[in-house]
Amino acid sequence: MIRVTIPYHLRNLAKVDGEIHLEVEAPVTLRSVLDALEAKYPMLRGTIRDHDTLKRRPFLRFFACEEDLSHEPPDFQLPEEVVKGKEPLVILGAIAGG
Amino acid sequence: MSGVRVLLGTRKGAFILTSDGTRKNWKVDGPHFAGWEMYHLKGSPADPNRIYASQTSGWFGQLIQRSDDGGKTWTTPGGEKLPNPAEPPNPAGLSNKFAYDTSAETGAPLTTHQWYDGSQRPWEFKRVWHIEPSPTDPNTVFAGIEDAAIFKSTNGGQTWQEMSGLRGHGTGPQWQPGAGGMCLHTIIIDPANQKRMYIAISAAGAFRTDDGGNSWKPINQGLKSQYIPDPNAEVGHCVHHVAMHPSKPNTLFMQKHWDVMRSDNAGDQWHEVSGNLPTDFGFVIDVHAHEPETIYVVPIKSDSEHFPLEGKLRVYRSRTGGNEWEALTNGLPQKDCYHNVLRDAMAVDSLDKCGIYFGTTGGQVYASADAGDTWAPIVRDLPAVLSVEVQTLP
Repeated sequence: MIRVTIPYHLRNLAKVDGEIHLEVEAPVTLRSVLDALEAKYPMLRGTIRDHDTLKRRPFLRFFACEEDLSHEPPDFQLPEEVVKGKEPLVILGAIAGG
Repeated sequence: MSGVRVLLGTRKGAFILTSDGTRKNWKVDGPHFAGWEMYHLKGSPADPNRIYASQTSGWFGQLIQRSDDGGKTWTTPGGEKLPNPAEPPNPAGLSNKFAYDTSAETGAPLTTHQWYDGSQRPWEFKRVWHIEPSPTDPNTVFAGIEDAAIFKSTNGGQTWQEMSGLRGHGTGPQWQPGAGGMCLHTIIIDPANQKRMYIAISAAGAFRTDDGGNSWKPINQGLKSQYIPDPNAEVGHCVHHVAMHPSKPNTLFMQKHWDVMRSDNAGDQWHEVSGNLPTDFGFVIDVHAHEPETIYVVPIKSDSEHFPLEGKLRVYRSRTGGNEWEALTNGLPQKDCYHNVLRDAMAVDSLDKCGIYFGTTGGQVYASADAGDTWAPIVRDLPAVLSVEVQTLP
């Protein structure tokens, strides 16, 4: 089970409280987790990454195990702690705006 | 008794105001989508409980929301949470996908447009500025977007296809953004002949299709814009808004950057009707529901100072289709008012007498239940109002 946390506004959009739990087959990568997230919650498509290019939206960041994974390639394999469900993949909105 | 529902898009959420036909007491419902920029909400004329909304964010991009119960509950069309992700419905999660048509058959001319400095730059989707439901089919809806293009959905907003004949008709590479971006902000459908539509773009101008959106042509003859290299250019005019009365679909009224304009031949030729306005800069323009020659504007001081002249918030009404204007001030602040009224932030109801509504960037919505003679705020202290639409309910 993969644990994912998403920003407040996206939790409201997906109508979820707290963490999201996903079943993802190995290898567990940024891409496979986001694919599973969007498959279960289609309303999130386009809000975290672009529909076509699948590039991360500029004001969102990916973290896990206190590491910034935002610039890792889509097939980057997530840390073992995330794969085992000990740590979440954190999708975070940048602090900006008014 | 009839009722009225006012749909407000604001900088930080959507609000829905309702009243009975007296329009004296208002119930404020919201914020919906709190914290998001709500550029526009509009109901289907064919099914007033069907409302579409454009929800945007610098973080999360564009969303389309749809209500089928008059705004009580909302869903992203095709975006329902799936109990079994292995069997997604088709289409799923595409209601916020606005992909420019780059196909060889219909999208071939779509390359670049002009940037502020005159260089060319690729079209890039940013947000939906305006949503226009079909007059007759609740599932058919049009969207005007930035960078300027028009999209159409025939499945209730689940998927969108560009009507690429607009960008592809020839002048697209000359289009340039206005200060607010290169937005397609006005969509008007001729109710008697839905193959005829008008759109307007800042800062490209107005355009018309007579064949349901396959082909388009600029309709800017008669516009004069001193701030562009050729003041009489075919395109490049900063049109702020256009309005039409459904009973006279060949007559159009335009609030240009500067100048209030009128056309009586479906936009083929325009002439100025600013007349005795104290300033003819502004954003909104609208037409009385029952008097096609009665029109309303809110003059703004200038393109450098986006607030009412002398700090006095005045609606101007012309009962002669322009040129002769009277200031409407009863109930509006007449000192120290320095808000703006944005281009999609005025609307009318169709009760008798006609109700006029407009929202300000200061978060007030003013309404008149007597065609503009007297005004009162029906809500105040909201976030900046981006759009106002009104539904007259049976």
